[in-house]
Amino acid sequence: MHMADALLSPAVGGTMWAATAGLIVYCSKKVREDLDEKKIPLMGVIGAFIFAAQMINFTIPATGSSGHLGGAMILAILLGPYAAFLTMASVLTVQALFFADGGLLALGCNIVNMGFFPCFICYPLIYKTIVKGRLTPKWITTGAIISAIIGLQLGAFSVVLETFFSGISALPFSHFLLLMQPIHLAIGIVEGLTTAAVVIFIWKSRPEILQPSISVVQGPGPDQEYSIKKVFIGFAAAAIIVGCGLSWFASAHPDGLEWAISKTTGMEELGAPQKNLYSSLTAIQEKTAFLPDYGFKTTKENPITDTKKAWPAVDSGTSVSGLVGGLLTLCLAIFIGFIIKRKKTGQTA
Amino acid sequence: MNTIEKNLFDIRYMDTLASKNTSLHRLDPRAKLITTLMFIAMVVSLGKYEISRMIPFIIYPMVMIISAELPFLYLLKKMILVAPFAILIGIFNPLMDTTPLVHLGSVSITGGWISFFSIMMRFSLTVSAALILISMTGFNGVCMALEKMGVPQPFVVQLMFLYRYLFVLIEEGAKMLRARSLRSFDSKGLGFKYFISLLGQLLLQTLDRAQRIHLAMCCRGFDGHIPINRPMKFGYKEIRFVLIWSFIFILTRSYNLPVKIGEIIAGIL
Repeated sequence: MHMADALLSPAVGGTMWAATAGLIVYCSKKVREDLDEKKIPLMGVIGAFIFAAQMINFTIPATGSSGHLGGAMILAILLGPYAAFLTMASVLTVQALFFADGGLLALGCNIVNMGFFPCFICYPLIYKTIVKGRLTPKWITTGAIISAIIGLQLGAFSVVLETFFSGISALPFSHFLLLMQPIHLAIGIVEGLTTAAVVIFIWKSRPEILQPSISVVQGPGPDQEYSIKKVFIGFAAAAIIVGCGLSWFASAHPDGLEWAISKTTGMEELGAPQKNLYSSLTAIQEKTAFLPDYGFKTTKENPITDTKKAWPAVDSGTSVSGLVGGLLTLCLAIFIGFIIKRKKTGQTA
Repeated sequence: MNTIEKNLFDIRYMDTLASKNTSLHRLDPRAKLITTLMFIAMVVSLGKYEISRMIPFIIYPMVMIISAELPFLYLLKKMILVAPFAILIGIFNPLMDTTPLVHLGSVSITGGWISFFSIMMRFSLTVSAALILISMTGFNGVCMALEKMGVPQPFVVQLMFLYRYLFVLIEEGAKMLRARSLRSFDSKGLGFKYFISLLGQLLLQTLDRAQRIHLAMCCRGFDGHIPINRPMKFGYKEIRFVLIWSFIFILTRSYNLPVKIGEIIAGIL
């Protein structure tokens, strides 16, 4: 489920980072304004609880696999959307830094995929609508399962979209979608069941814990709606601004959005035969051209390239000089490392 | 179950690494954070079929590992542990993209394989950069850098709280798990029913703990924000560090150094 840096283009990663940053600023403001400061230690300790909970698992009968609690939905139910979003963001940050789950650039994507959808879409729009303050096992279970499934489906869909727009993976959109959605349907059911069961357990043993967040939820109805709307507007605005700002980046290099689209559309017809000629031509040409702009090279190319527009320019490293140079660079890098190491041991000795 | 305690051990070990005292450890965390983010952005911005231009970037993690005296094999092992996702998605590239791009004698390499290797290199470079950042800065250092750079305080406080109680709660969870596995025979009692009461109990304990912590903090004058009192100086050394590395990254990003070197060699021959 974690999106990885390796599959991400800077335009997509940057856009999601901006969206996440905006949401964090907004939620921090909200938490500071709305909630008593009692929530601050509570958020921190519950974030740590999510880690512990993800490590405790149960066996799923007849499958041989095991399941565990996912996190975001239970956080939203216990803390309300703003505090839950901040908590989920902090959990994902720790995961990115210590366990290298995802990565730093992909952190924005992961926070949106696993924090934004459950906290700001599933919780207010689905869970609250279904439960409506009727805290009975039946409604809690229905609400938790449906919202967990939808949350994970949205998250998985978002991973597919991010991968698709980044254009690093060659996996076609529909294939990836078919790979991701069913897996996350199963995960969603397990997550929904565990969330519902834990919430019911808490409701039965200590109902007052759920009460405050319920009152926050039910309290100022129109105000709540309004603030959710503000989150949406802020999210969209940040995404658009950064998307536009970064679009030069995307269009200047072939790993951007347009390239990804043209690639997936032109993919099937690419098996054409002139590729040998083409690649040897570009290989020769790559030796003379060194500017990083791919478009520059292809415009200089003769008509053969016109039939091959969807082709990304061949990496110059494919030519022999690239291979030799690559090996040499590697040796040089290791040599520099060796020198530093020698120098260091010389200092300590 | 073993993995829980292993994870905990990992975090503690990385904390110990962060408490070393090399010139890199002493740098202001902000300089390291900025440089790491820049490194990742530069690596990721390279095209899908780039391999040669990515090679020189290895210099950054390598110099960091050596100068900060970090254990290379340990970081490598951590990287391999998280590799499956990148491999899983990346491996479709050779299957889907079968147009040959390179011909080395009679052997032709398809674009899919090249982009797969490119993905794997991206993966190793970005993941190692993140791991290096945390093991030469420490989590609290990164948090303080974030705060100084304008990240809202509630979020920073949240991160520090989370990190502080991570150890406590993981240990508690591990204790519970150990108790359960000692009492379960023939995998009885590992099902959903007991799992829920186990988790519910842990959650209740957690909530109680949060309340106690809050009371203790109120007794000590907590008013909603935690003052962080550690002087941070972004001086000459930090500027030099950021500038030198930025220059190297931009240079390797805009010029294909391996090809240049290869050309020079070819010219000599």
